[in-house]
Amino acid sequence: MNQKRDASLSREQPPWLFAAAIAATAPHALAQPLWLTAFAAVLFAWAGWLWWEDRRLPGRWVLMVLTVAGNLAILAEYRTLFGREPGVALLVMFMALKLLEVRHRRDAVVVVMLAYFLLLTHYLHSQEIAVGLWLIVALWLVTAALTRLHAGPIERRENLRLAGTLLLQSLPMMLVLYLLFPRISGPLWGLPEDAHTGRTGLSERMNPGSIAELVTSGEVAFRVRFDGPPPARRLLYWRGPVLEDFDGTTWQRSSRRLTEEVVQADGPAITYESTLEAHGQRWLLALDAPLALPEGASLDGRLAAIVARPIDSRQRFRLRAATAFRFNLQEAPATLTDNLRLPTAGNPRARALAREWQRQARAPEELVDLALRHFNREAFHYTLRPPLLGRDAIDDFLFRSRRGFCEHYASSFVFLMRAAGLPARVVSGYQGGEFNPLDGYLVVRQSEAHAWAEVWFAGRGWTRVDPTAAVAPERIEQGIVSALPAGEPLPAFLLNRADWLRDLRHRWEAVNNTWNQYILGYDGERQRQFLSQLGFINVDWRLLATLLGIAGSGVLATILLLNLWHRPRLDAARRLWRRAQRRIGLNCAPQETPLAFAERVRRTDPALAPAVDAVVRHYLLARYARTDPEHLAALRAAVNRLPRRRIV
Amino acid sequence: MRPIDRLQELIFGKRSDGEAPIVLDRRRIFILPSRTGLLYALALLVMLIGAINYNLALGHALVFLLASLGLTGMVHSFRNLHHLRLLPGRVAPVHVGETAEFELTLENDRPYARRALVFTAVAGLPVNAAVDTNGRTTVAVPVPAQRRGWLALPPVRLDTRYPLGLFTAWSQLRPAMRCLVYPSPIFTPLPASRPLPNGSARHGEGGQEDFAGFRERQPADSLRHVAWKASIRQGDERPLLIKEFAGGSDSELCLDWAATDPALPAETRLSLLAGWVIDAGQRQLAFALALPGVEIPSASGREQQRRCLEALALYPA
Repeated sequence: MNQKRDASLSREQPPWLFAAAIAATAPHALAQPLWLTAFAAVLFAWAGWLWWEDRRLPGRWVLMVLTVAGNLAILAEYRTLFGREPGVALLVMFMALKLLEVRHRRDAVVVVMLAYFLLLTHYLHSQEIAVGLWLIVALWLVTAALTRLHAGPIERRENLRLAGTLLLQSLPMMLVLYLLFPRISGPLWGLPEDAHTGRTGLSERMNPGSIAELVTSGEVAFRVRFDGPPPARRLLYWRGPVLEDFDGTTWQRSSRRLTEEVVQADGPAITYESTLEAHGQRWLLALDAPLALPEGASLDGRLAAIVARPIDSRQRFRLRAATAFRFNLQEAPATLTDNLRLPTAGNPRARALAREWQRQARAPEELVDLALRHFNREAFHYTLRPPLLGRDAIDDFLFRSRRGFCEHYASSFVFLMRAAGLPARVVSGYQGGEFNPLDGYLVVRQSEAHAWAEVWFAGRGWTRVDPTAAVAPERIEQGIVSALPAGEPLPAFLLNRADWLRDLRHRWEAVNNTWNQYILGYDGERQRQFLSQLGFINVDWRLLATLLGIAGSGVLATILLLNLWHRPRLDAARRLWRRAQRRIGLNCAPQETPLAFAERVRRTDPALAPAVDAVVRHYLLARYARTDPEHLAALRAAVNRLPRRRIV
Repeated sequence: MRPIDRLQELIFGKRSDGEAPIVLDRRRIFILPSRTGLLYALALLVMLIGAINYNLALGHALVFLLASLGLTGMVHSFRNLHHLRLLPGRVAPVHVGETAEFELTLENDRPYARRALVFTAVAGLPVNAAVDTNGRTTVAVPVPAQRRGWLALPPVRLDTRYPLGLFTAWSQLRPAMRCLVYPSPIFTPLPASRPLPNGSARHGEGGQEDFAGFRERQPADSLRHVAWKASIRQGDERPLLIKEFAGGSDSELCLDWAATDPALPAETRLSLLAGWVIDAGQRQLAFALALPGVEIPSASGREQQRRCLEALALYPA
């Protein structure tokens, strides 16, 4: 590769690089710090201006200073240069700086490679359909920049068409690779700390307001497809962390190890497949009560299913559950004691009320009834915007504000039960879900986040009690939207009750879900399923490599054939010209022009000359004045007028 | 010559293509990833690892699409050369120190344009070309002429990185083409005409030649030959006039090897002679050329000039 190969760029080439750079970096503009967007925009504009004015690019030391300054700024912003966000920021900065030193094709190629790389980084933020579509356009532009560098002088439209053709011809091979390339799941090494940011979901602590905050998000938590008909909505309790330790304001998960659960199913088993969105924790959010778990998952002693590693990407699990069940008829005394424990002081009025109930009740079950009746009869309100509570939060809620969300009810109920001597604990999770009739998936959103209680009776085991149902039964029967009064800060699309809008939303979500399940969710497992449908039982990498080789060669051969196979095609005029020569049994020699041929005929065969003259005239017009189709018709007529002769 | 070319020569021999048209079939076209292609492959590998690590389904799709794009680009690189016809064309003679241009006509009988074709005969002197759909074009491959005599066209490397620059497809062309290289001329005053041997009797008869008329002065004409009186009659604005003499049959301009300084190297003497030949040719004089063993009788015109320069070019060193 000598110097000449790295020729300087022509005047028309840089705009393509600008377009590619903008297409690759623009979607990051909103996600990254404002100063970086401004920095990149200024450098882009500068490079563009220099090109427009045809000025010299800045010297090396200017770029050096800018690079150092940019690196320091990124270091100051993120405190590191490694990891996902700073990495993307560095790429954006390098891209902007590289545009200021694009002198040779070598530099331009680096810009294109950076652009390809940046396209990949967009998927770190989102892999939605819209992002996919935008990136197709961006990919087209970047590829057009690459072809503009290597195809010599070429018009704009022609270049776009070239890049488009190349991409279209690459699609079959991409499909083969996508389907058959052995998929490795999971990270290859520990991801940087910021790999999964901005994940919403349940936490292992609950204070007043923490669930209400979650509920205002319309994000999908998970999607479920039942093998049989879906159970009634009021039975859909998806169990997350069970919270046993209470310090007066916050409920926390206890780290104590418990013995294995004993679950007896009292009803039919329900099998289903759950697709969890990434929430960064280990909760499987299984339907109560789980009977069978997927490989690698286990129960934590409190009937909450967990997996070995945090769920950092969308994952699918197959589970079995029974909604009617009995759970731990025998419970360790230590556990029961733990679930009676309360802070030594605080909330005196609640304790007094509990003692009062304890005196009244003849059986533990009656305690529960008393409490639920209390919530039902007194003027309790279900709202997402409860007033702030004072130091004795339970007292304040029970006797003063009486406005609260599920966590307030669950928390005060468990407090009352413990104070009355009944082992009780808070269970957090999700309740309900929205059934999408279009694709048969039940969608459970963050807005379905819920907290309820569990009390232990001798002879009945742990029994679910949902105090929210006593205050707002619609929450359990119909969902959060019906239960809340108007004006609550729920996502707008949830509040809208118009049928056609809901239908539209269902459609969109069904499309999204298909995208998630079959395109984004195509993993090693799906790959095995797909191949087993084709009749391959033992799918290992050797089989995949063989299939990939066969299918890949097939596709490549097809592309080769399509591109290289060429049927030598004569145009109509030349075909007629040949026919004319056959007809009169004379050949126009290779070095002879048609006019010379006519001259020869005039000398050797004067009788034939007029007809041949006409053919030659029309042939020349048809071939060299192609715009007029009449010439071709005239030629055809002239050829047909020729006398038929055989070569003697 | 690059090692790859040398290896190619070793394997495929160095048979000349003769004067026939060259059709680039698949056995003549070679293709390898370029440096950009290797960089691209490396970038894809890193991207694939990233896609696996962060579990990006669309990242996989992007990497696979880009990998396929590379392969498609390879097919198109090959296609850019495939079935291209090259016809050896004309070569104009040059002087030592100039650049010979070997013309090749490219014929494209396929329904797609061929772009970004690079012809290189001598490293550092590439020439770009493109051929339209079903079109033809001529490309002049430059080769610096360093020695007089016949200059054969060295193997021409035709390569292309179209369309993505990821692969270099190339072919070695060895058309039998040669260019005549004249000595580089050194311009000195023409030697004096010398009388013909049989015209010696007329020598001393006063006027050397018969006056035939005037012609406009050219920069090469000596001021001694200017017809001053005639020029003045013409007025200020006109160029000076030169008296022309017809005949000259009794004396001739002979550009003789012997007339050059024997102390000079042979090549310099040839250069001096070449300078005279060009000078005399430009003045449209009749002249003869005498070299040891080569005699070219007196004549004038372009053909005479060409013949003499050819004799000088091919004069054995």
